[in-house]
Formats: sequence, structure tokens, C-alpha cells
Amino acid sequence: MKLVFDRPRSMKDKPMHFCPGCSHGIVHRLVAEAIDALGLRERTVAVAPVGCAVFMYEYMDFDVTEAPHGRSPAVATGIKRSRPDLFVFTYQGDGDIGAIGLAEIISAANRGENFSVVFVNNTVYGMTGGQMAPTTLLGQRTTTTPRGREAKTEGHPLKMAELISGLEAPYYVARVAVDSPAHIARARKAILRAFQIQVEEKGFSFVEVLGACPLNWGLSPAEAIKRVQEELIPCYPLEIFKDKEQAVM
Amino acid sequence: MYTDLMVSGFGGQGVLIAGRLLSYAAMRENKHVTFFPAYGPVMRGGEAYCTVVISTRLIGSPVVRNPLTVIVMNLPSLLSLEPRVKPGGLLIVNADLADRSHSRREDIKKIFVPANTIAEGIGSGRVASMVTLGAYIEATGAVTLQNAISCLDKIITEKHREFLHLDEEALNKGAEFVRAGHRLQDTGIR
Amino acid sequence: MIAVGEKVLMRGCEAMAEAAIRAGCRFYAGYPITPQSELAEYMARELPKYGGVFIQSESEIAAINMVLGASVTGTRAMTSSSSPGISLKQEGISYLAACELPAVIANFSRGGPGLGNIAPSDADYFQATKGGGHGDYRNIVLAPYSVQETVELTHLAFDLADRYRNPVLILCSGLIAQMMEPVEFMPFREEKEEKPWALRGARGRPSMVIKSLYLQDVELEGHDLKLQEKYKEIREKEVRVEAQHLEGAKLVVVAFGTAARVAASAVEEVREEGLPVGLIRPITLFPFPTDFIRKAAEGTDRFLVLELSGGQMVEDVELAVRGRVPVEFYGRMGGVVPSPEEYLTEIKKRL
Repeated sequence: MKLVFDRPRSMKDKPMHFCPGCSHGIVHRLVAEAIDALGLRERTVAVAPVGCAVFMYEYMDFDVTEAPHGRSPAVATGIKRSRPDLFVFTYQGDGDIGAIGLAEIISAANRGENFSVVFVNNTVYGMTGGQMAPTTLLGQRTTTTPRGREAKTEGHPLKMAELISGLEAPYYVARVAVDSPAHIARARKAILRAFQIQVEEKGFSFVEVLGACPLNWGLSPAEAIKRVQEELIPCYPLEIFKDKEQAVM
Repeated sequence: MYTDLMVSGFGGQGVLIAGRLLSYAAMRENKHVTFFPAYGPVMRGGEAYCTVVISTRLIGSPVVRNPLTVIVMNLPSLLSLEPRVKPGGLLIVNADLADRSHSRREDIKKIFVPANTIAEGIGSGRVASMVTLGAYIEATGAVTLQNAISCLDKIITEKHREFLHLDEEALNKGAEFVRAGHRLQDTGIR
Repeated sequence: MIAVGEKVLMRGCEAMAEAAIRAGCRFYAGYPITPQSELAEYMARELPKYGGVFIQSESEIAAINMVLGASVTGTRAMTSSSSPGISLKQEGISYLAACELPAVIANFSRGGPGLGNIAPSDADYFQATKGGGHGDYRNIVLAPYSVQETVELTHLAFDLADRYRNPVLILCSGLIAQMMEPVEFMPFREEKEEKPWALRGARGRPSMVIKSLYLQDVELEGHDLKLQEKYKEIREKEVRVEAQHLEGAKLVVVAFGTAARVAASAVEEVREEGLPVGLIRPITLFPFPTDFIRKAAEGTDRFLVLELSGGQMVEDVELAVRGRVPVEFYGRMGGVVPSPEEYLTEIKKRL
């Protein structure tokens, strides 16, 4: 019989704890597939964030270290610079990367550090129970914006991919989503490309992934996917913002 | 044996170099020595000073409130440091940039050296601090002059190597100035 | 290159940098702050010559986390700063301790609190020895009092950090950073420690995790107990203390770092006058020489604790003495460095 579906070698055989409809499971799998595809498992050291994805190491079958909240890019810098032979990536959430760790991500990107970033943007703080994230949409109700996010007091949604692509050093910056099979296929390609760039020692690569958090959005998984399509994507366009190779071509 | 010295002047007058040379020479003579420079924003104002302590025993503090000996390279340094010299101590003044009329203390020994004039006489005003250091060494015997001269190449950076022979001559001239009639019996060294 | 046994005149913080490289440090990240920026400058110039990595980080927070990252791979790594910068590093130090990662952190402390000033102070004793960051953890804390001892303790710091997989703080006042003294260096050392815990990819072994998150209370308590067990071992094995003239001393002076240096000079003078004064100088502040001081309390009438602070180590001396004899305190703050004469007066007042 032909095998049509299997667990990537880089993942452990373990059920995930994520809520129904959460996007982390899909993104985890895409990451594991890319590492398998490039044969990187045995030289990978990943940096897990503080947030819902902190348990990444429970599901991934490669070396993982934790980092303090927001500091993953600094930790990844230390790992990669001391051992350039290792494959290093950070996996970060919106609060981690866009609020408490903004200085670390901007500085690492600006130095053009040769590691990769997978950033899952679900517009809300998941693990702490649904507070406002820097990426929360205008009007979006969270536990700390009970009347909806207002530009006047909370500012506008932070567009990380655009911000990073505005820097000189980064080699590859893209935003993808995991709301549909077509978008997942594009996300798979983007993550693979980002990792490939690191392997080729070309520098900093960054993939923002729009994801759903049905629990904290107060929506069913199906409704949450609809929200990604109807509200998130219009605010956060899916694009390859920067690819230095394409620019040359 | 214990002695200490503060050297003070404008940045660029060679104050720190003079202090380091003395420290290095003391180290070569197997003495305990500390060199403590002014650092941080104090330096940015153009003032430079350092403290050197030389002893045959463990040096408790490299910071000295009332130094036994002081070299002042300019007038602001004379005004701020003369009051701090220990009674019976020694003050060496660059007479070219600090007029002796500003000096008030009667309970200390003083040597006024026209350091800039002497330095320019041998080729460069930049070695004025070495003239005063030569005077200090001759007056106090804190280290030997020959030793200080032999340490010059350890202190002067590549960039300033061209001044090395001038530095040596400046040390000699400063010492000669004191030998020629300004030698002091008691320099406060204990 | 400086030859082994060659005497050179060097600033304390630059001597520390040279010693760190000789001790096998191959990663430094730091952020400029007076009075120790020369250490970073020395590393920037010298570390790459030995295949090491220097990074000027965007912040103190980033610096300590870069060190954490380097340490994850088993690389000997250090950062350095001065008081306000060390406060910023506390988060990372807590994680290092929790993850049992070795690292060397130098604090050339200055006057505080707040921005304070840049003059020498030793008022970061509490922060250094009682944890500093959150949670139940301890740093090993070494307190050199001369440039030469800074070099020796820097070598020791890297060894202890690796042996116990724990952050080691070198705590000394900014005076040590800026002061030049004659110093000799030890030979270059190739790192020998096997680090089977280091993350270098899951090649030929199961994948590994370095973490400090234990959501189950009993599980975390188990981890905490393991750490406590380690601190107990450190307390038993690593106390370093220097003492002079304790025999028959009516008064025993206790001081560390810069104050100890001034105190040693003062004690030497009073001894020459025939006065019965002894000196205890803790070299490790954690582990603190509690038993040593307790024992000394049996043979003296009084202690005098001298510090460049409002009174911090004095609490540990009191704990050691346990009320057996009076413990008095004299401190200067704000960056004031007392003279030996000033200490002499304080000592004589108490005889």
C-alpha cells in the first residue's frame, strides 16, 4: 500500500496540547517538514519562545532551548555566532516579537544574523488569556481592550514583516497564512526558502505566519479561519516583501 | 618607602603618559605601584589627571585626597590642587602656564619649572610633561632617571615613536633644571 | 602578546579581558558603560585573534541573552558591565541559573542607586549574593581586591562556572576596573571540560532540551531542590577567605574588595603600633565564609565591618557571629573611597 501521510522525522510521536483550531500545530509541522527536507535535524538548535509555543520541544525531535520572553533573537545570535555550523531558528509569537522583544528582533535583523525566524501572528496573547497584542486589529476586543482596540490610545496593528523588510540587512522577508490548503502550500515554500537561505549562509530570513486563535477570539475553528481571511489578510497582506535573490534576477 | 603623586593639566599635555611612565619605572624597580586615572565624563571637559602611588608595601588605596607631591601643568590645576598638597609636601608647577603669583601655600615646597619653554627649546612643546616629570624624579628620587628613560619605549605608542628621543631629552632637561639649584632636601617621601 | 611571567602595567578591566581569553573565553557580548568599557574594547580587539566572537549588543538584556545562547552550545562566554547595566541583566542571570548554564559576569560596580555616578562603590553586594533576579537561585560571587587577583579569579570563575554549571559573578568596584597595577598572566588554557549537556545538534544521540519551565509544582520543586543541593555543595567546597593576625586580636576587621585593600593597609599600620587587630577578607562572597567568621568570633571581642556601602555584607557577618560579640559597621557611599588613615581612626575608636 502506498504511504500518503506520515509524521516528519523531526517530530515526536506525541499528541499536541494546542486548542482546537489553533494554527501552531500546522506551523510546527511545516517547520519540521522543512528541516527534514533540508536534512538539518541533526544540526538544528531551535529557540522556543515564552507563550503558547514554549512546548515546541515536546513535539520536535531536535535540540531546543528556551529563551526569556522576547529574547530569542539574542539567544539565537549567541548560538549561531558561537557555532556557525548549527542550524538555528527562533519560533516567536506576536507579543514576544512585537512588544517585549522588539529591540532584540530589530537589532538581530539589522545585523543580518544568519538565522531564521518563524513568527506566528494571531493578533492576541494566547497563553495569558487573550490580552491585546501589538498586532491586535483595530476594533478587536480583547480582555485588555474590552471596547475594542482604538488607534488613539493603543496605536495601530504592528506590521512586523513590513518593518523588518525596511531594514537593509535581511535577505528574505515574507508573510504567509495557514487558513487554506493553497495558503499552507505557499507557507511551506516560504519556510523552506527561509531555511535554505540560512543553509547557504546568506543571512537573516523572516517568515510571518498569520494564524488563528479561536479560543481567545471567541470563535469556532471554522469561524476563526473565516476571520483570518476576511479581517487579518486585508490588514496584513500576504507577500514576499523582500528576497535579495529575486531582486538580482 | 611610600610616596604618591598627582599629575594634572589639560587633556593633550601628556599628563597620563607622565603618570604611566613613572608607574612603569616603579614596577621595574619591583615596587608596589598603582596608577589611577580620571575617567568618564570628567575627562571630557578637557581636564586630565592621574594619581600614582609607589610603595615598598601593599598599597591600600590608589585614591589620594591629600597627595605628598603634585605636578600641575596649568593654572586651573594649580588653583584646584595646591590646597590639597599635604603640609610639607612638594608642588611642581609648569611656570609657563601657571604664574607663581597664584600660588598661596607657604607650608609646602615648590618648584617652578618653565616646562613649555624648555620643551620647545628641545623641539616640541608636547613633551612639557616629561620636563616636569624629570624635575620630579630628580627632586624626589622616587625612581631612577635612567630607569624612567629605559621605560619610555614601553609607554610611548607606535604613533608617537618620533617623540621618543624628545621625551628622553625632556626628562634629562627637567632633571638638570632641578640639579642646577632647585634640589630639595626633604621631599616628604617617607 | 604578553609572555607568561612577564610583568606588565595594566588596567583591571583590561587585565580581566586578557585573563578571560587565556581561560578559554571565546564569546563576549556587552554594552558600553563607564567605568569598564575598556573591557569590551579589549575584547573587540583581541578576541577575534583567538577565533572568538565579540558582539556589541543593542542592550544589556541582549548581551546576557547572547551569552546564554553561546553557553547553550558549550562555549565559554562572558559579559561585563557596571551596576545599572547589571540590574538589566538580572532576568538573564536568573534563566542561566535555572537552566544550569555556565557564564561569567563581571560587575565593576559604581555609585548608586539609580544612575548614581561612575565612582567606585560596592553597594551591589545584596544583588550579587542574594540572587539578584527572581526565584531561588545563587550566583557564585568572587571579589578580587587587586588587578593581579582579578586575573586569578577570572580563571577560577570560568572553571567554577563549568564545574557547577552556574553563573559566576566577579564583583569589584570600578576602582579595580580603572586602576593600573603590575600584573602577571597565567598560560593560555585549552578548555578540557566535556559538556555532554550542550546543544550541538541531535547527532548520534536523542534530541535534548535546555529549559527552566516546569509547570507541575512538584516537578519544579524537584528541580529547585537539585539546585539547592548544588548550592550546598558549593558552600561546602568553594569558600575562599584570607585572614591576618587573628591570633589574640581584640578587634577583627571584615572587608571585601576595594574596602579590604584599604583596610589591609590600615591594619598593617595598627599592627606596627602593637595593637591587637585582625583582618578577615572574604574572597568568595557566595559562598560566604560563615563558619570561618563564626569561629573567629570565639576568639575576639568585637568585629568591625568596613564596606563601600550603607551596610550590606555586615548582615552576613552578623548572621555568622550570631550575637556572640558586637558587630560594628563603618561605610562610605556615593563613590567615596576612604583613605587608610580614615580606617585607622575608625579602628582605633573601637579598641
